[in-house]
Formats: sequence, C-alpha cells, structure tokens
Amino acid sequence: MAVILPLSEAIRDFVHDGDVVALEGFTHLIPFAAGHEIIRQKRRNLTLIRMTPDVIYDQLIGAGCASKLVFSWGGNPGVGSLHRLRDAVEKDWPVPLIIEEHEHAGMAAAYAAGASHLPFGVLRGYVGTELAGHTRVEFIECPFTGEKLAAVPAHRPDVTVIHAQKADRNGSVMMWGVVGAQKEAVLAAKRSIVTVEEIVDDLKAPPNAVILPSWVVGAVCEVKGGAFPSYAQGYYARNNAFYKQWDGIAKDRATFTAWIERHVMGTKNMEEFRKSIEVVHA
Amino acid sequence: MPEYTADEMMTIAAARMLKNGKSCFVGIGLPSAAANLARLTHAPDTVLIYESGCIGTKPSVLPLSIGDGELSETAETVVSIVEIFAYWLEGGRIDVGFLGAAQIDKFANINSTVIGDYDKPKTRLPGAGGAPAIAANCGEVLITLRQNKRAFVEKLDFRTSGGHIEGGDSRAKMRFPGKGPTAVITDLGILTPDPETKELTLTSLHPGVTVESVVAATEWKLQVAPELKTTPAPTELELSVLRDLQERTAKAHAGQA
Repeated sequence: MAVILPLSEAIRDFVHDGDVVALEGFTHLIPFAAGHEIIRQKRRNLTLIRMTPDVIYDQLIGAGCASKLVFSWGGNPGVGSLHRLRDAVEKDWPVPLIIEEHEHAGMAAAYAAGASHLPFGVLRGYVGTELAGHTRVEFIECPFTGEKLAAVPAHRPDVTVIHAQKADRNGSVMMWGVVGAQKEAVLAAKRSIVTVEEIVDDLKAPPNAVILPSWVVGAVCEVKGGAFPSYAQGYYARNNAFYKQWDGIAKDRATFTAWIERHVMGTKNMEEFRKSIEVVHA
Repeated sequence: MPEYTADEMMTIAAARMLKNGKSCFVGIGLPSAAANLARLTHAPDTVLIYESGCIGTKPSVLPLSIGDGELSETAETVVSIVEIFAYWLEGGRIDVGFLGAAQIDKFANINSTVIGDYDKPKTRLPGAGGAPAIAANCGEVLITLRQNKRAFVEKLDFRTSGGHIEGGDSRAKMRFPGKGPTAVITDLGILTPDPETKELTLTSLHPGVTVESVVAATEWKLQVAPELKTTPAPTELELSVLRDLQERTAKAHAGQA
C-alpha cells in the first residue's frame, strides 16, 4: 500500500547515493519537482535511466548527481542540445559521465521486460545501426522460427520516479494522455515515488483508468505543478518558452551553476521555485 | 510566380512525396512540418503517428516536442511507448517513415549520434531515439534535411540508422523488414537511390538551382540523372497553407512564457 508523504521525505527515504534511478516521462508529465529535490538533497553517483533525458536530466547531470546515464535520445526537444549533458560527456564536467546508449525500441522492450520481471526484452531491433557495437545488446535466434532477434537486458531500477495527474487517498494513481513508459518503469522498480497534481477523495475512475493501483506504488506526494515546465494534460500546458530559454542558461557553466544555486538550491519546493523564476523568466 | 525561400521549397517538395491515405511515422522538426503540410493540402486522409504514442493526430500547430499536448488532444488514440514501438512500428503497420538527420551518406544511411569519435566526440548529438526502428520497419523511408558538405558526407562519423548500407543488395541481405529510403528531399533538390547500386542520385532540381551548386554541396562525387527533372515551384495554396501553419506555430510557442 502506498504511503502519502511530503516529497522531501519521499526522496530522503527512497533515493540513495549510488542508486539506479529512472525519472520517466515522455515530454508529458516529467517529474521536475522530484528531480529538483534530488539536486537539493545532493544525491551522488546515481545511474540515471530515461528514454528521453531532457532539461531535468541536464540539471541533475550539471549539478553532479549522476555518474552514468542509460538513454536513447538526449536533447532539449525542438530546441537542440543539452549543454550540461554534452559538457559531461565531452569534457567530464562536473564529473565524468558514462553513457549506455540504446534506441527507443530497445529501451521500451527493456522496461517491459523489467515490469514482467524477465531477464531480457526481445525485439526486432538494433539492425543497421552501429549502436549495437557500443551498448548492451545481444542477438539470439528465435527457437520456433530461427529468426535473428535482439535481446536487451531488463531495466530494474532501484527506484522509479514519475509524475501523474491524480491519486486517491490510498495512493492509487490515474494518468492520461501521453503516458510513455511510466507504468512499466514503476512496475520494473524495487521502489517508486509518484508525484501528482492532486490527491482526491474519489478518482471517479472509469474501468481501465487507474494505471497503478495503490499496492504497487511506494510513495505518493501531492505536488501541484510538479511537472512544470513540462505539462500535465487537463491541468496546464507545456511551457515551451522555458525550454527555449534553458538553452541560454545551460550553455555556460557559470550561468548554469548560478541558476541552480538561486532557483533550486535556494528554494524549498516547486511553489517557491515557480515564484523565484517568475522574476527572471517573465 | 510567388516568391519563396529554399526552406519553403524543401518542405513543400517533401510534403508532396507523402501520398494520401498512407500511415506515416513522423520525426520532429522538418519531417513534422512536411507531413502536416501534406495533411493540410493534398493528403487529408494521411494517418500521422508520432513516437510519443499519438496515432492519427491532427495538430493545428506544429509540435515543438514529439509529445506536445496538441498531439495527444487531436489523436484518434494514444498508446504507451512500449505499444507504439512493439505493436505498431515493429508490427509492420506503418507505410512511410519520415526522418531528418545531422549527416547522410551516399547510400542514405544517417547519423544523429555524434560528430567525431564515439568515445571522444567532438559534438555529442541527441542520439538515435526511434530512428533506427523507423528506418528498419516502415514500408519505405523519406528523409529531409538541408544540403551542404557538413551534412552530405563521404563517410558518416557514426551510422545511427540504416539506409541502403553499402549499396546494391546489401540492405536486402540484412534482416530489415522495410525497403528503406526512397527519396531524400533537400533545399536544393530531390535525390533518389539508383535502382541497382542504391547510390543517391540527383533526379530533380528545385527551380533556379544549378547542378554545380548541388554537386558543390555534396562531399562525395554526386551522381546526376541523365534526365534531370525540375521540381515544380510551390503553388500559392501550398505556400499560404505552410505560412499560416508556421505563423500559428510561432504564436503558440511564444505565448507561454
């Protein structure tokens, strides 16, 4: 049964130095507030997993939280590069970052295998790409047809962190819209934290709508606006302007560090963070 | 004849390649602009699919990211990432893949991973995303990017997604379900693979562009078709629909500070 906790306590209790952590989300419902709390609590040596590491991973990497990244597309969607990710890969700043790089189809299969508690995922992938020579993939023969298929080791994070629209007071979670690989990432993990826009008495959920029942979720934290500047369908739109501004903030080490100090380390939660950047980004 | 830019010609020429009624897996950026222009002009029944799981989407503005709310709100259905890749793409249900690239070689293999050495890259690019699976599994693949010597290279720094590999029947000998790239649409012209060698050949030149300038924008020795066509110039309708779309998009993306 999920416990309802303040976000700071959930991160303190669930995320440890050296953990394998997946903060999942595919453009929508990115757990920004939880990522900021990991930065504030100065977690180190994390192996971060994510199909599409974007701005929150840029912040975690630039703040020195990660020593390894497992991913399949790392960029600022529609804008360009992640400068902190690039600096870590190209120049080892602030600490060296090992990368394990996949294609999306492989990451998706690895999460599905993890959720199934299977050792590997199987797919018709990694064909024609040089990625196969640089990542963890093996090729196997189908025992029934003889077809050559790719096998990727399952993702089994120590902890998965996601953001969703709603939970009830027992901690059952509802989300909708672009749902990415979040369900699989939670089911694949040993522990999980779900931040939500609101906790309600009754989800009034039609059949199929509860994505994660309470008893498979670790902690639920109510964080209004917890996905900002990403979006939460039905609550607020993606702040595309912030994503564009991030390019300028992240380009330079000093500008980035000053931004993190002022707006993340210098604030206690998402509400204070939003107020602090309103002054700068208005 | 209306005035237009080379980028507009590229997007319009790319849009024309997408036939009505096909299912199309769309990459973000230039391919997304072209695919939506096609849907808003000659191909209203095209099913646009984005890797965020949005199937049959009809956005009124171009998405900045592959999973913008606009895509899911206007979709016929939205499925999980596991599903979109396993059931839909690898399941062999998609007619056309529409991709961009940072680098392309003469056999239409593409690089979106690194410039320089993989382990010590000069420039780390975002990476593969869905591209290798799109390039492998769609019935055919269209590629659109601006043509210059940095992009059209003799040898890729990294092969992210397979086109015609080493040419000839080399792709056919591998375990690719789809037939691979059928056209590359640039700001200068259209290149298509030679039926035998699979080498990209300049087959259509955009109006006002010279063969010499396309050759000069290509690092390898570019083959030119003996019967070179001229791409029809953009029509008033194509241009106005494209400009309206881009204007709506700019307004939507600016208004959320």
